[in-house]
Amino acid sequence: MAKIPKIALIGNPNAGKSSLFNTLTGLRQKTGNFPGVTMDKLTGMWELGPKNQIEILDLPGIYSIYPKSIDEELVINILGNPAHPDYPDMVIVVADASNLKRNLLLFSQVRDLGIPTVLALNMIDVAENEGYVINSIKLARELSVEVAEVNAKKGIGVNGLKLSVQKTLENRFASNDGLPLPVSDELIDEIQAAFGEVDPYRCLLWLMEHDRMKMFTKAQCDVLDQITVKHDFEPKKYKSAETVKRYEFLTEVVDRCVINLNRQWDAPPVKTWTDRLDKLFLHPVGGYLFFLAILFVMFQAVFTWATYPMDAIDAGVAFLNDWLKGILPESTFRGLLTDGLIAGIGGVLIFIPQIAFLFFFISMLEETGYMSRVMFIMDKLMRRFGLNGKSVVPLLSSVACAVPAIMSTRSIGSRKDRLITILVTPLMSCSARLPIYTVLIALVVPEKNTLFGLFNLQGLVLFILYLLGFFMALFSAYIMKLILKAKEKSYFIMELPTYKAPRFKHVSYTILNNVKAFVFEAGKVIVAISIILWVLASYGPGNSMEDASNRIKIQNPNLSGVELSNKIAGEKLENSYAGHFGKFIEPAIRPLGYDWKIGIALITSFAAREVFVGTMSTIYSLGGEIDNENATIKNRMRAEINPQTGKPMYDLALGFSLLIFYAFAMQCMSTLATTYRETKSWRYPLIQFGYMTALAYLSAFLVYQTLS
Amino acid sequence: MRTVADLGIGEHGFISGFTDEKLSLKLLEMGCLPGTEVILTHHAPFGDPIAIKVSGYTLSMRREEAATILINQK
Repeated sequence: MAKIPKIALIGNPNAGKSSLFNTLTGLRQKTGNFPGVTMDKLTGMWELGPKNQIEILDLPGIYSIYPKSIDEELVINILGNPAHPDYPDMVIVVADASNLKRNLLLFSQVRDLGIPTVLALNMIDVAENEGYVINSIKLARELSVEVAEVNAKKGIGVNGLKLSVQKTLENRFASNDGLPLPVSDELIDEIQAAFGEVDPYRCLLWLMEHDRMKMFTKAQCDVLDQITVKHDFEPKKYKSAETVKRYEFLTEVVDRCVINLNRQWDAPPVKTWTDRLDKLFLHPVGGYLFFLAILFVMFQAVFTWATYPMDAIDAGVAFLNDWLKGILPESTFRGLLTDGLIAGIGGVLIFIPQIAFLFFFISMLEETGYMSRVMFIMDKLMRRFGLNGKSVVPLLSSVACAVPAIMSTRSIGSRKDRLITILVTPLMSCSARLPIYTVLIALVVPEKNTLFGLFNLQGLVLFILYLLGFFMALFSAYIMKLILKAKEKSYFIMELPTYKAPRFKHVSYTILNNVKAFVFEAGKVIVAISIILWVLASYGPGNSMEDASNRIKIQNPNLSGVELSNKIAGEKLENSYAGHFGKFIEPAIRPLGYDWKIGIALITSFAAREVFVGTMSTIYSLGGEIDNENATIKNRMRAEINPQTGKPMYDLALGFSLLIFYAFAMQCMSTLATTYRETKSWRYPLIQFGYMTALAYLSAFLVYQTLS
Repeated sequence: MRTVADLGIGEHGFISGFTDEKLSLKLLEMGCLPGTEVILTHHAPFGDPIAIKVSGYTLSMRREEAATILINQK
């Protein structure tokens, strides 16, 4: 079979690259990790013709091939290295026609690397509305490449793009103007002698950016450094001069290929929708109010609308479990399947509606261009706390899940800002905490309306918990700002894109990809833990489990059926391995008001906090289902008596102590693994784990001691 | 020397140079070229960051970064 050709999509952020990717590949997408708000590459298949498949690679948006942040590095690591597994056979540069000159800068750099290139002109309608008419045939001649006019959003122009791609693939024609600015021949010769014959511009890329490229060994970097010194080559000066030179050339090209109707008619500049909307969204008071209103709607959706599908999933899983219990003979396997595996999978599936809602909002905010306004109005505030306007996106996304949130920090240019954002992001209350909050609040906060009946008291407490997470994140960031040292200055030079109507197809792909990633990535961990927990809770040392069962039968001769088996389950749990673990840590958590049963839940949720509710329902002998009437788990927990005081176990003090503990504690293996991967060091996940656990313990201690 | 940071809302100037070499590359790539007109369009609340219109689009930056872009008024 012939090798499938690879095409990389390159372009400025907001040029419509991702729309084009979705148009070309449809659902034939393979996701790397958490895409969407994150900065990983995406691949998908494009059917050029019958039996003619092409692999499309969507890369992060960049303004030039000289990277300024981690997400941008990915692009030169692929385009600069022919040995890279993702090195493309050709590149489609997607350019926003309404901002042609700046988009062509990147195009001219990519083309000079010596990779066959096609230029896809997107958003021509926008350019024409603004009074610019582009002669793309002339442009193709001037730049000596194939130019295709496309409307990525509506999917117009795909056939023309196919033709251009086919032609370019057949000819394998890489037009190349040589170097934008001359350098000495010996310099290029030396690089080529050491690393092989490649285009001179690629040689310079290696020379100037080898620190950021993974293809070079330490020794090779030294060689490149020596060449730099020997020839008195100044990368910064060269890059600046090159950029100016390219713009000079492109200004001439654009002048010849674009007619500006405004200038001809002497028309006043058009007042665009973007200008009008910015008057509101960037208003010193109105801007913040609007942002708060959006947050409010977002939370409303997650806390109220999402509960309907969640209840449905819950009921479905419970039904399946009961059904399996009904048809399968009682055995260890049945227990493992129903209470272990299916309960575990149910615990993953239940989060889907909330994650879907959150990513719906986040991708809508990004799609429309509003997210960058949020960064703009929040930058000054965030900066005081050692963060950056761009930290808003990770902090907001981590309300869904900290894993994609931490990955989205890659767009933050300054290392210190990025590190602090990574470290404090898990303090935001993620969707895994929500079921815990829900159960505990229902238990200890009375259900009544306050503030003229506008707000539900339980809802208010929930909202306060989220705020608490946010303020603790700010506070921790401030402390870290004082401790961590910055190597470079942070900066905030960022495009404010024009407002666009959201592309619902794109939004739905983002939701789909994120849900998929959550189910498969996080799901693996949760299911594994559920199984381990089931084993630990079902077996005990020696004959202790048998003994427990017999003991209950003798003590309660009158009981039968469900009640008896519940009692037995409870006694068994106490004597299981899990019970022993819980009792072992009981002295340490006594000051927080917890007993060994909660201890078991704490231990199991140290790997993934979402296990808490499942554990609680196992512990309180509910056979793994929270489902058969949510009231049941509430009532069971409410009926639990504190053996020392004789009063209900779950009083206000214990409830809030637990709530605070779960709000601050670092109980997520996936997050720690992501922090490790993103910082490439064990130091930061350890710091993260350490400070958050200490914070959780101390706060829970204070709350319990004050309230009890 | 006047810089972009000295502009009031609605005022404009023409870029004449940069005072920070490291930032200048990023600014050049974003279309802040010598001789280009810039118009200050927005202040964020508390006056920082700012947004300017340059090369046909809106670019935001912090005040201290704007202070590295020299302008003249012609």
